Amino acid sequence: MAQGTPESDRSLTLTRRQFVGAVTTTAGLATTGGSASATEDGVPVSLTVNGKHHAVVVDARTSLLDLLREDLQLTGTHKGCDQGACGACTVLLDGRRINSCLTLAVMHDGAELTTIEGLAEGGELHPLQRAFIDTDAFQCGYCTAGQIMSGVGCIREGHCGSGTEIREWMSGNICRCGAYQNIVAAVQQAAKES
Amino acid sequence: MYPFTFIKAPTESAALAAGAQGGKYIAGGTTLVDLMRETVERPGKVVDITALPYREIESGPSALRVGALVRMADLAAHPVVRSRFPVISQALELSASAQLRNMATIGGNIMQRPRCLYFRDVTAACNRRAPGTGCAAIGGENRGHAVLGTSDQCVATHPSDLAVALVALDAVVLLRSRDGDRRIPVAEFIRRPGTTPDKEHDLRPGELIVGIEVPGGAHTARSGYLKVRDRQSYEFALASAAVALDIRDGVIRDARVAVGGVATVPWRLSDVERLLIGKAPGAELWAAASAHAADGAKPLHGNGFKVELAKRTVERQLASIGGAA
Repeated sequence: MAQGTPESDRSLTLTRRQFVGAVTTTAGLATTGGSASATEDGVPVSLTVNGKHHAVVVDARTSLLDLLREDLQLTGTHKGCDQGACGACTVLLDGRRINSCLTLAVMHDGAELTTIEGLAEGGELHPLQRAFIDTDAFQCGYCTAGQIMSGVGCIREGHCGSGTEIREWMSGNICRCGAYQNIVAAVQQAAKES
Repeated sequence: MYPFTFIKAPTESAALAAGAQGGKYIAGGTTLVDLMRETVERPGKVVDITALPYREIESGPSALRVGALVRMADLAAHPVVRSRFPVISQALELSASAQLRNMATIGGNIMQRPRCLYFRDVTAACNRRAPGTGCAAIGGENRGHAVLGTSDQCVATHPSDLAVALVALDAVVLLRSRDGDRRIPVAEFIRRPGTTPDKEHDLRPGELIVGIEVPGGAHTARSGYLKVRDRQSYEFALASAAVALDIRDGVIRDARVAVGGVATVPWRLSDVERLLIGKAPGAELWAAASAHAADGAKPLHGNGFKVELAKRTVERQLASIGGAA
């Protein structure tokens, strides 16, 4: 298949994650009949992630989440539902928590982002990361990065007055293992320390 | 997602020019990016309007004016909105999640598209997405669909909580295009499906929402929003009620009641309001008035429960705002 050839050649030097992503994109285009030609040149985006400046050129369709994971190799931010329903992709954009899957990377030229990779300082875990360990607030761990980023936002917003308030203001983060009890305890602990 | 040309509009005139050439405006992106990924939306040109200046919240003596680019979270937390328009704060904070409220804008909120599964599934029949293909929801899974304002073409509910509060308070949408400015009540801006469910709103090609205006009054301070849903948080309404009452000297001087989650558009209950005005507040009045909250309802095979649920939601919210005594 002509369409498959360039991907296969490139895959020799790609990581498994990049390869899976590339194949998914190709398959998606094939089924919807789309073409990447209109955006082949890409759009330049420069932004600061965890204090480090990055300048990249991306397809206009790239979500902020995919820019982090695929272009910057910051794979700590997870892709769960990719439709704003689970919160696994939560990051801080200019200090506020958002779903990085629901926004286009090209809309954030000049933005400052914080991801899970940027929370620890000088080898010391962020108090909420420490609290997640102390309270055993994760099981499989898939949602954890999003939970922690959302929890940092929740604490900054001042919505940690009670367990009930934390549950309401953390409801944008789904945990399929059901570790909510301990997640609430972790956020409560870190909020007290802050 | 289909390819598109991306334009960042540096000024209002650049945005209006790009919009007039068929560009699709994007701000928060929480609805549009999702629907583009599902290929429900396939814009050839996307115009980023986030550099435009519509970010002010102005509370004048007679009205609240909110820029279209104000984020849901910021409007909800505004001290004047909390104290003088609590129904707006509550409707916003019972919507979506904290992350989404930090992204989504007020202009985009009233432009939200339906959550109907068949609308979002490009392989299903849907008159709203693909006119003339039929409505898979009418004979399909329709537990969450509308019982009021439906047509034989479409039965999808309007998803916005904020819009229910805005319709209750007679809010107006402020529009701008290269031809000038227009003001349209939110209640007229959002259209019932009728025979043209694909025409969801009264927005002309290239026209931009620049803000909303909400008239204030004695009733707006005594107001609130109740949302009933399948789970406690982060869920769309099965039924909701926005209520605002002006009660002085033991008499209801003004009443505003609208319901959400049960109709194809934010649904104002003028008959219920008429039954309330001029009467003394109390449990019997709430029961008698709310009995008419679902008048004209046409339940589908899966959503008959919404008729009773709408009445009880209104009754409970009347008691909550007006007092049980």
